Amino acid sequence: MPEDRTIQELGLDEYKFGFHDPEEYFFKTPRKGIDAEIVAMISKHKNEPEWMLEYRLKALESFFSKPTPQWGGNLNDLDFDEIYYYIRPMENQGRTWDDVPDDIKNTFERLGIPQAERDSLAGVGAQYESEVVYHSLKEEWNKAGVVFMDMDSGLREHEDIVREYFGTIIPADDNKFSALNSAVWSGGSFVYVPPGVHIDIPLQAYFRINAENMGQFERTLIIADEGSYVHYIEGCTAPTYTSNSLHSAVVELIAKPNARIRYSTIQNWSHNTYNLVTKRAVAEKNATVEWVDGNLGSKLTMKYPAVYLTGEGARGEILSVAYAGDGQHQDAGGKIVHAAPNTSSLITSKSISKGTGRSTYRGLLKVHEGAVNSKSRVECDALLLDENARTDTYPYIEIEEKKVNTEHEATVSKVGEDQLFYLMSRGLSEEEAMAMVVNGFIEPIAKELPLEYAIELNRLIQLEMEGSVG
Amino acid sequence: MLKIDNLQAEIDGNEILKGLELEVGKGEIHAIMGPNGSGKSTLSNVLMGHPRYEVTGGSVTFLGEDVMEMEADERARLGMFLAFQYPSEVPGVSVANFLRTAVNAVREEELSIMEMYRLLQDKMKIMQMDPKFAERYLNEGFSGGEKKRNEILQMLMLEPKLSIMDETDSGLDIDALQVVSKGVNELRGPEFSAVIITHYQRILRYIEPDRVHVMLDGRIVTSGGKELALELEDKGYDWVRQEFGSAA
Repeated sequence: MPEDRTIQELGLDEYKFGFHDPEEYFFKTPRKGIDAEIVAMISKHKNEPEWMLEYRLKALESFFSKPTPQWGGNLNDLDFDEIYYYIRPMENQGRTWDDVPDDIKNTFERLGIPQAERDSLAGVGAQYESEVVYHSLKEEWNKAGVVFMDMDSGLREHEDIVREYFGTIIPADDNKFSALNSAVWSGGSFVYVPPGVHIDIPLQAYFRINAENMGQFERTLIIADEGSYVHYIEGCTAPTYTSNSLHSAVVELIAKPNARIRYSTIQNWSHNTYNLVTKRAVAEKNATVEWVDGNLGSKLTMKYPAVYLTGEGARGEILSVAYAGDGQHQDAGGKIVHAAPNTSSLITSKSISKGTGRSTYRGLLKVHEGAVNSKSRVECDALLLDENARTDTYPYIEIEEKKVNTEHEATVSKVGEDQLFYLMSRGLSEEEAMAMVVNGFIEPIAKELPLEYAIELNRLIQLEMEGSVG
Repeated sequence: MLKIDNLQAEIDGNEILKGLELEVGKGEIHAIMGPNGSGKSTLSNVLMGHPRYEVTGGSVTFLGEDVMEMEADERARLGMFLAFQYPSEVPGVSVANFLRTAVNAVREEELSIMEMYRLLQDKMKIMQMDPKFAERYLNEGFSGGEKKRNEILQMLMLEPKLSIMDETDSGLDIDALQVVSKGVNELRGPEFSAVIITHYQRILRYIEPDRVHVMLDGRIVTSGGKELALELEDKGYDWVRQEFGSAA
């Protein structure tokens, strides 16, 4: 990032911000913190329709009116006044790899994006700071009518669809952080898959936050129309910062009748990032939604992907894996709401805690009256790598219907002395042995990911564990 | 090759090995027999370096090196192997993946994927194992016989210079016992030594030992040729207790 230039611009003329041609200049809000003026500036800068500005401003009121949650993790050190709420890193969106500036390219290179590209990954939407800078989409999808673009473009080019669905799954006032995101959102992905279209190759978006003290508030909306299928993959890797950073995304999925959406995430935020994400899906009749969610890094993650099974025969699955190292708290889990007959669900949660790390499973399983013959299963397994590590389980279950079948199972295991000795007796060092046990533990999740992501997940966990053996 | 001198060891403050002496030469197969509670399993764990056991006296050298200060993985790389009586389960790690990691850990040069694959196929054939077995998670849901076969498969893959076999024969039916013995005989040669720890002499019908030792109360109390095993079978361990128990 040419940081100098941004600062220079900041010093030149405050008036300019938000009013210059977005195609030509870098843009950053003139100050930290958030108020109606900043929100208006963001909306104006993006040249948004009036209704979106109103939506943002209403959301901002909601954000101010809600107290900071006191359950889950500790948010007391999070200072909303110390954050920049919008930064735009470059002139316009790169259509091809060649258009992407070198320093951004280097960052992506370190993240393995070019390999992913070479491996004929179909479309890459990559978010650098608040904006998608690189975005390519395969011709055939265009032909099939598939829309895959950043959310800002989605709003410009498909305003009707966006207006119909935006904020319908997660209302702005759902919680403090969905309200914040709704007020200042930028970037994220917009996906629409027309009826009957199956996208075999996953859609992938890589993004990271880079500027210090910058929040990232991406907004994703995926609509799978009747009988369609899409697998969307999101991965994040962030470098280390010196002060607290905030990531607060909102992701809404809509699976129309007989559609299937799989949404896979691997997140590896730097260890001072607050990762507070609201993810929710609706599965209509005979539709399936699957969340595959890997949480590494961050200071505190609070994330509970949800599936509302609103149509008969709908299915929801949540697979979640979390790694909490020293000083980290992963408060993760999932929510399933059975609101129709013959619906089924599965939550599988795996957490690993090391040192002073703490992992929490927090889940809700709700079965509404009338959701007869619903089946659900919740399985949460925690692995503790040493004596100090901590894990908690909060499985909330609310059942209003009698004719249902629910199962809940929770296990806590420690990497045992015998297990390590066994592996070490075959020549593995203690670190290798530990890594092998951990990789085995998360295998049920890893095998659900495309190979390169599974490898990356294993590699990231190994990196996190480096030096963990005394 | 292996020299154990006045070895003393304890677990949780209980003294189990009380001055054990044993010497195993290159290419030799020794059997250690003894009743339950004589310290046989402690011996095998101590030899391989289980951290829960504390060595309080004596020495163990292997190939001239003092191994008592070494971690288990260092001993493995030196050529020692322990076939476990109760191998641990490692969920999510396939036998193939585990063996690939282990073989590359003990070898100086890594094997290519193809070489590894062929090696594994060969060894599984010897052990009469279904190739699909390699895809199962290590020891998870294995029957007793499968676990023992898997231990010997690992031994064949790692080609140790010394294998300590902790009651590998216990709980095996006659077919499995034959397969396991076949695996051991496969490695038998001037470069391979073994210490077979057992309660019963029946495995020694398939793997002929060069020496037989009788262990009682943390010590080797008597040694002899393979005929000693037959004598024990006839007379039982009560005879040993009467004969040598007073020494304790």
